[in-house]
Amino acid sequence: MLHWLTLMADSLPSLLWAALVFTVPLTLASFALGLIVGLVAAVVRLFGPAPLAAIVRFYVWIIRGTPLLVQLFLIFYGLPSAGIVLDAFPAALIGFTLNVGAYTSEIIRAVIGSVPKGQWEAAYSIGMSWSQAMRRTILPQAARVAVPPLSNSFISLVKDTSLAAAITVPELFQAAQRIVATTYEPLILYVEAALIYLALSSVLSALQVRLEKRLNQYGGFLEAKS
Amino acid sequence: MIRLTNIEKRFGDLTVLKGVSVTVAEGRVTALIGPSGGGKSTLLRCINLLEIPTSGTVRIGEEELSFQPGGKPGWRDIQRLRGQTGMVFQNFQLFPHRTAVENVMEGLVTVQKWPAEKARDRAMALLRKVGMDHKADAWPATLSGGQQQRVAIARALAPSPRVLLCDEPTSALDPELSGEVVEVLGTLAAEGTTMVMATHDLRLASRIAHEVVFLDTGQVVESGPSHTLFTHPARERTQRFIATLTQQGQQGEGV
Ligand SMILES: Nc1ncnc2c1ncn2[C@@H]1O[C@H](COP(=O)(O)OP(=O)(O)O)[C@@H](O)[C@H]1O
Ligand SMILES: [Mg+2]
Repeated sequence: MLHWLTLMADSLPSLLWAALVFTVPLTLASFALGLIVGLVAAVVRLFGPAPLAAIVRFYVWIIRGTPLLVQLFLIFYGLPSAGIVLDAFPAALIGFTLNVGAYTSEIIRAVIGSVPKGQWEAAYSIGMSWSQAMRRTILPQAARVAVPPLSNSFISLVKDTSLAAAITVPELFQAAQRIVATTYEPLILYVEAALIYLALSSVLSALQVRLEKRLNQYGGFLEAKS
Repeated sequence: MIRLTNIEKRFGDLTVLKGVSVTVAEGRVTALIGPSGGGKSTLLRCINLLEIPTSGTVRIGEEELSFQPGGKPGWRDIQRLRGQTGMVFQNFQLFPHRTAVENVMEGLVTVQKWPAEKARDRAMALLRKVGMDHKADAWPATLSGGQQQRVAIARALAPSPRVLLCDEPTSALDPELSGEVVEVLGTLAAEGTTMVMATHDLRLASRIAHEVVFLDTGQVVESGPSHTLFTHPARERTQRFIATLTQQGQQGEGV
């Protein structure tokens, strides 16, 4: 028992370091970039010309229909055969960004569509342009509805970054694997890694609650909209 | 002055407006009445170009725009004309994520780029006018329907439009609440606000409209001074329609 605790304590710094230097930046960067991709993809699907919308549908179809692990392998191990050689971290960043982009584009498309048409008309009636209406009227209302599903994507992403271990990114899970290789204590180390992932997702859940509270300040407008 | 000439509007195969011509003089209030589906809302929306007429000409003040089938007006032309109008919707359509005063400020700040302080002053003055200044910082969801509609009227007036378009401004309201909206619109009419309003509310129409246009199946059946049209309609279709409105009104809470 004491041995286990010592082992946990000893390995904690390297696990936390791996989380801090790889897991957290990879999560934050690919979520931020993925949201931008998702927003653009959603707007193209809702309002763009048909050929562009078809390209976006194709992209979403491919990303959602194939395993994330296979996508990461394709980018890191496959693309060099086509002359595109990427380091492990950028390869993972691209893979996760594309993945987040595809899933969030569907969420964003749905929540933008959920804002009543009358809100567009009200915005136009006071002279707003399309982009002013989008920025000032539609997106703020869509954002509120989007927080729970986007939080789901965010929390899934934290855990999915463990797949980057398979393409040599020395993130949290890989750090745990390395210590297991020398200590032969998989139970302790993987429990410890799992606890750190749990802590990270719990922080995100807490942030979600706060964000929802803030966005809910203007009361039960969902009912008032009918 | 607003002049609609030969407005035609088709949705696919359905012709909703069949060559409607209406003129509204400056400072006058015109009520559009007629059975449901007759094209009142569409006609209003053709004035501020939420719907683009298939053909015809819309003139508001000095601004004029003509439409042809297949031709699409430019964004600037639409803005030029739409900028002359304000609209009040049946379901209020306040921006739920903005307070009452922010709703009124929105057009001034975002579109006309007024500094926030100046916009707030004007918004407060308008809220005072519609009797809603005490609720300036309230969220729309916390207001009654009548209060929301009064804020919506202030929002529509903020950019000083040449004409206020109202699409059934009282029909989503209980009779007790519609009274306060009729009151506000009456005050505006008395001050010389040019208005075009679609309504089923005989109390609203008879109280504030100078002219009435009776629209049925996309055509103007009859139009004229409101008193004449309500008391001595020339056409039988108009008589029948006004008779049903009067009955409904009496079954409700009197006209
Ligand atoms: N966007 C639309 N697409 C197709 N048909 C429409 C559309 N808007 C209105 N209509 C049709 O136009 C007709 C007139 O509608 P409307 O102008 O709303 O009448 P009113 O306001 O007098 O009740 C109705 O038959 C309605 O179904
Ligand atoms: Mg209507």
